[in-house]
Amino acid sequence: MMRFFAIALLALCAVDASAHKPSDSYLVVNVAGDTVRGQWDIALRDLDFAIGLDSNGDSRITWGELRARHTEIAAYALSRITIMLDDVVCTPRVTANLVDEHTDGAYAVMQFEAPCGQTGGVLKLGYSLFADIDPQHKGLLRLEFDGTTRTAIFGPDSSQQRFELTRPDRLTQFVDYAREGVWHIWIGFDHILFLLSLLLPAVLVIVRNQWHAVERFKPAFWDVLKIVTAFTIAHSITLSLAALGVISLPTRLTESAIALSVVLAALNNVFPLFQGRRWMVAFGFGLIHGFGFASVLADLGLPRDALLLALVGFNLGVEAGQLAIVAVFLPVAFALRRTWFYRRVVMIGGSVLICLLASAWLAERAFNLKIMPF
Amino acid sequence: MRPGDPAAREIKDLRTKLSADPANVGIALQLARSYFTQAGGQSDPRYIGYAQAVLKPWWGLAEPPAGVLVMRATLRQYGHDFAGAIADIDAALKLNPADIDALSLRADINLVQGDYEASRKDCQRMSPHVTALTDVGCVAFIDGMTGRARSSHDRLDAALAKSKNVSPDQHLWILTRLADMAWRLNEPRLAEAHFKRALALNVADGFLLAAYADFLLDYDRPQDVVKLLKDWARADPLLLRLTLAEQKLKAAAFQEHQATLMARYAAARMRGDTTHEQEESRFTLQVLNRPEEALKLALSNWRVQREPRDARVVIEAALALGRAGSAQPVLDWLARTGIEDWHLRQLANRLVGSQPTAANPR
Repeated sequence: MMRFFAIALLALCAVDASAHKPSDSYLVVNVAGDTVRGQWDIALRDLDFAIGLDSNGDSRITWGELRARHTEIAAYALSRITIMLDDVVCTPRVTANLVDEHTDGAYAVMQFEAPCGQTGGVLKLGYSLFADIDPQHKGLLRLEFDGTTRTAIFGPDSSQQRFELTRPDRLTQFVDYAREGVWHIWIGFDHILFLLSLLLPAVLVIVRNQWHAVERFKPAFWDVLKIVTAFTIAHSITLSLAALGVISLPTRLTESAIALSVVLAALNNVFPLFQGRRWMVAFGFGLIHGFGFASVLADLGLPRDALLLALVGFNLGVEAGQLAIVAVFLPVAFALRRTWFYRRVVMIGGSVLICLLASAWLAERAFNLKIMPF
Repeated sequence: MRPGDPAAREIKDLRTKLSADPANVGIALQLARSYFTQAGGQSDPRYIGYAQAVLKPWWGLAEPPAGVLVMRATLRQYGHDFAGAIADIDAALKLNPADIDALSLRADINLVQGDYEASRKDCQRMSPHVTALTDVGCVAFIDGMTGRARSSHDRLDAALAKSKNVSPDQHLWILTRLADMAWRLNEPRLAEAHFKRALALNVADGFLLAAYADFLLDYDRPQDVVKLLKDWARADPLLLRLTLAEQKLKAAAFQEHQATLMARYAAARMRGDTTHEQEESRFTLQVLNRPEEALKLALSNWRVQREPRDARVVIEAALALGRAGSAQPVLDWLARTGIEDWHLRQLANRLVGSQPTAANPR
């Protein structure tokens, strides 16, 4: 809705023809870490009454007249607001000057930034704009902090207000991100199928091109452990790099590569190529899967001040979800490993099905098609 | 207000004088009065704040001068703080029991709140100190609400004809009231003549324009409303009437004006302002067609203001819902006052008739 007026002579506002409502300003304040940022919309008509913007006295305020007075407007307005974070004064300075329309005409829009030098738990705002020339004036505040929004009204009787910046405590935040991680692996069929494709042969060995059941649990367990650990380390690396903004890849590329990884992992069970070195496959493709997790984490929104906490929480959630799958899979697979059913239906039939499904994903993601109903 | 405008010049002069002599309460009161006149004339509430700012040195005093008290009461009643206004007037009358401005303001506030006996007492107290016209007018406004509209109209009309040197402001006010009485008596020709005479005085007055527009809407003349108000879209009360007329005419501007009004009412709510309730109720019922919400607004307004137009929004919303019971306080008021208002009575009869089980107001 922001309108930019580039033509210097265009009248922004005819002083006597703008709509009639009581005077309000609109103040949006956002507290992030040690910095308070804000946007303040102040009616040109009120500024004109206060400091006279209509320099040629034609009852119209042009962009040129406004631009010539930006410094003065900033000095006037910013001296009538005080920002304190835990009793430390944060001095605002203007970062941008714009113009917008509200229901009663044109407003000067001032964006500002006030560094406080420290974070804090209590924000105190003082507001006295136009208090001397229009006591009916109100400042309508929207305060944003850590994903929460609240509103308040400043007026002569409520010119100083105090806001507790309550954040969800660290543990709750950590648990929330961990839960998101578990949830994502649980609903992320591509990740589960990739892992399962690699795990299916763990209870078998190839002897002369034939799948045979392993004798003891221990080698199967070690095989699974190597695969899961390699997968975990790999996707943790790329998840962290992507979340921290070090690397970024196009989603379509990573999502297609994830689908391809599932196809290859499943094919490897039907036409064994990487026997005994499946942990390397898990590591290589795990790097790709990490980017997939990162895009989910980005959608959740990362708290700037608790980035590491969120990252670790999410990652541990993913691992917990993975371990739950393994904990169910391994005993069942081990118990069934000698049966024809496991070797032919689960191992070969299952892998073929996974391969077909993942191929469809690959086609959808790579060519932006819609093949499957889910 | 354009810079060349006489009112603008007067305000500029007074500001210059006041800044040279900031402790001069007389100049401050004159300037505040000028701002207040602008607020009414332009339907522009910003001037109320400017007027208040001018009185700042005296506003917070424990015992402000009588003139400041009356001006503060005037500004407070504009914001529908009737209790605060009455308290100021009472204090002013202690300082000067024959303060005409204080008494006539209190008579008006009592009238708006439907306290006719209190209003009548104020008129009686004023009587020895005012012109015959003011005296007749004060009583006629009350009688006009309590079952004697015909005789009050004629008496006031005659008093106006006899009076000389009537100030344009008072002339306008009396003509508007005469028009209102004739309209309520369902004498559209007479009412129209009063409205036309009032408009011919050439005094900008938002109240007059709103009343005349409502009259035109009642007699199904939306074209004339558009003609009257097409340049007044900036004032919310007048934009409402314009929008209602455009709705009837299915005019192109209707959509845009509807959206503007919605945004303005939303903005008023954001600042905690409830002075729009009566008009917002009309808008909500007639334009948005949301009778439940309209009724809520109308009843909330009825707690503060009790004039025929305040009664009307309650009855109209209740009628749309077919729920006579929810308008009971207003039906009781109609019965108690015996107010003559042909249009309002028609609506009330339909409301009661539509609900034969509801209590009969008489």
